[in-house]
Amino acid sequence: MILGLGEYLSLATILFGIGAIGFLVRRNVLIQLMSIELMLNAVNVVLVAVNRFHPDNHAGQLFAFFVIAVAAAEVATGLAIVIALFRLKKSVDTDQAASLKH
Amino acid sequence: MSSSTLLFCVCAFFALAGAVGTVSARRPLRAAMALLAHIVALAGLYLTLHAQLLAAIQLLVYAGAIVVLFVFVIMLIGPASETSGSGRAGMVRMTSLVLMGMVTVTIAFAIVDTDPAAPRLPAGYGDVEGVGGALYTQGLVPFEIISITLLVAIIGAVAVARGKTAVEKQIEAKEKARAEVEARLGEGAAPAPAE
Repeated sequence: MILGLGEYLSLATILFGIGAIGFLVRRNVLIQLMSIELMLNAVNVVLVAVNRFHPDNHAGQLFAFFVIAVAAAEVATGLAIVIALFRLKKSVDTDQAASLKH
Repeated sequence: MSSSTLLFCVCAFFALAGAVGTVSARRPLRAAMALLAHIVALAGLYLTLHAQLLAAIQLLVYAGAIVVLFVFVIMLIGPASETSGSGRAGMVRMTSLVLMGMVTVTIAFAIVDTDPAAPRLPAGYGDVEGVGGALYTQGLVPFEIISITLLVAIIGAVAVARGKTAVEKQIEAKEKARAEVEARLGEGAAPAPAE
């Protein structure tokens, strides 16, 4: 068996799907944030894998690098919002976060 | 089976197991540990793709910073970080699970046969010199923008997560006391003309 691009792409698809399912099904905001991380990581795998099969430049790896940086920023603000939400509601259940519901 | 295929299989297994563990864990701390396993496995996958620098960055940023941040927040929130059951109807959850699973599996099977010939890698592909050179020539402007983004995110995180300081609490308490006194005076003053 020789590894091709297809194996990486389908692995990344499945990882993205697991992340999306976690985001849709779970109600715990911490686990939803982790699911977002799973999805971002799956996209990174696609970028790096495609770059490996078109290695004229490093565009895919650069993009993955920027995705990692943006993910770090996203987690920092996201977790700050989780803490603020917990202070307000004493819960991390997203069903409780209905303050903007009219 | 070559060593890189073996590494791919091991890393793919742990990446999948970590992802499933993250999504299905009841306790957020276990989910964070499964996320850690997932991230380390992905770093191994990057190694099979000749992205050594990216594998190192993945370990440093994700395993070293993001997972630790998650663990800190879980410890800060304490036992309440575990939510009991789901308020949402089981039907909705099952539907989203089944639909998303079907879409995912379909795409994964459709895509698995795309096999372009693996081209010969140019010298310096994926190492610190190659990626660093591309980062500071091709990606210089996004790189600078990313640094500003991170700065803004830090300030935003501090502003959002920060509680009230002691001085602010004192001011608030004084205002509350004053409002109470005024309300009492108002009550005292209002019935007086009636008597």
